[in-house]
Amino acid sequence: MTRSFASAATVDDALSALAGGARPIAGGTDLVVGARQGKAPLPNAIVAIDRIPGLRAIDAAPGGGLRLGTLVTHRDIIASEEIRNRYAALADASAIVGSHATRAQGTIGGNVMNASPAMDTGGPLLCFGATAILQSGSGERSVGLDDLWTGPGSTSARPDELLVALDIPAPSAGTGSCYVRLEYRRQMEIAIVGATAVVTVDGGRIVDARVSITALTPTIRRVPDAESALAGSDGGEGAAQAAAAAAAAASAPISDVRGSAEYRRAMAAVIANRAITAALTRARGGDVPIPASPALHGAS
Amino acid sequence: MKVAATLRVNGTDYPVEVDPHVSLLQAVREELGLTGSKEGCDDSECGACMMLLDGEPVNACSYLALQAEGRDVTTVEGLAGDEEVGPLQRAFLQQAAVQCGFCTPGMLVSATALLRHNPDPSEEEIRIGLSGNLCRCTGYRGIVRAVRQVVSGEVPPLGTAPVHEDVTPPHHAG
Repeated sequence: MTRSFASAATVDDALSALAGGARPIAGGTDLVVGARQGKAPLPNAIVAIDRIPGLRAIDAAPGGGLRLGTLVTHRDIIASEEIRNRYAALADASAIVGSHATRAQGTIGGNVMNASPAMDTGGPLLCFGATAILQSGSGERSVGLDDLWTGPGSTSARPDELLVALDIPAPSAGTGSCYVRLEYRRQMEIAIVGATAVVTVDGGRIVDARVSITALTPTIRRVPDAESALAGSDGGEGAAQAAAAAAAAASAPISDVRGSAEYRRAMAAVIANRAITAALTRARGGDVPIPASPALHGAS
Repeated sequence: MKVAATLRVNGTDYPVEVDPHVSLLQAVREELGLTGSKEGCDDSECGACMMLLDGEPVNACSYLALQAEGRDVTTVEGLAGDEEVGPLQRAFLQQAAVQCGFCTPGMLVSATALLRHNPDPSEEEIRIGLSGNLCRCTGYRGIVRAVRQVVSGEVPPLGTAPVHEDVTPPHHAG
């Protein structure tokens, strides 16, 4: 049972509270819902960070990339023309998180630190090379997401560290991206299987490719074999199929109420193929609506 | 330990003292006595508790009451403003969009949020906008019709007889 609650007015307030053992809350869409469902009790001491000014901005970062403040909501992401145009896979993901209420209250920082292997935004952030900016009383450090996520629900952040922002580098010219998930329903869904592809084309060839899988491994991870199957190729059907097969081979899914391991592994290739094909379409200037998922599954 | 706070709900400031784990829904229903918002699933699946927080939808069952301090909370009781019932509520009545009524407050709040962002939604957009709200009477058709009626601007005055949709199964027809 939670014994104390404080609302931080500044990052320093929040850091002091964390150093004293409190846990942060922003939109509460994972923390409070998890407690309601009996997954984990609410922390003993909570510090609300949702009213700290300046943490809900989408800013240009040096080098042409973006800095997403930790309090940026999924709704903010979907509404950002810059993200829709340059980081379409991230918009694909935020657009299908939970329901409209989840997207209005849920933050990108909370999503990342909740460290679910099924989180929709994780694959796009990982493929775009995002780094987490962690602040504590002793300073600031930048951690790649593959080093941040250490297992389902766990991160390498220390308890006294607060995620304040995510830095996403600028994609090269000619880049297209897409996130697709297998879903049984359109809203209030958690990925059964998800895949992200970020591809850069130059002339007729793929010069760079990043592929990651979601809800298929204990943490969301990139698949080097899938990436090398695409890089240097013409991006034709054969290359996409080889990459999708590599994504399936890299998966180590669990069986649960949402799907068996066997089913998930079989679907990994299908979903990865759809993500790769749609990312290539976007890279070549073609139109794939945001979010990509329902359109690619043949829904109206 | 209880914490003192002020909740602004439907434009009125209410002083409350609540434990840190108490949800916005519990505080509004039990401390303030505004029982329009319902507790269904109590974990953000059903939308019966939907309120607006600074104009944006929130599952109030899964939002800490103390986090709402300093924000504007709107519940179904506040949707009509000074009117007895607003256009959306009149449309729900006229389109027979209310069966048992338990989901209705949440549906009205979600539809309000949808129309604020998108005053001219397609039927598909209405369905997606309301998909965080479950109606276990499965009365979705009337609900969608009611929102479409508001979009069309043809909401009748209060007291107009409700429509009765013909729901006779085809094999019983004729």
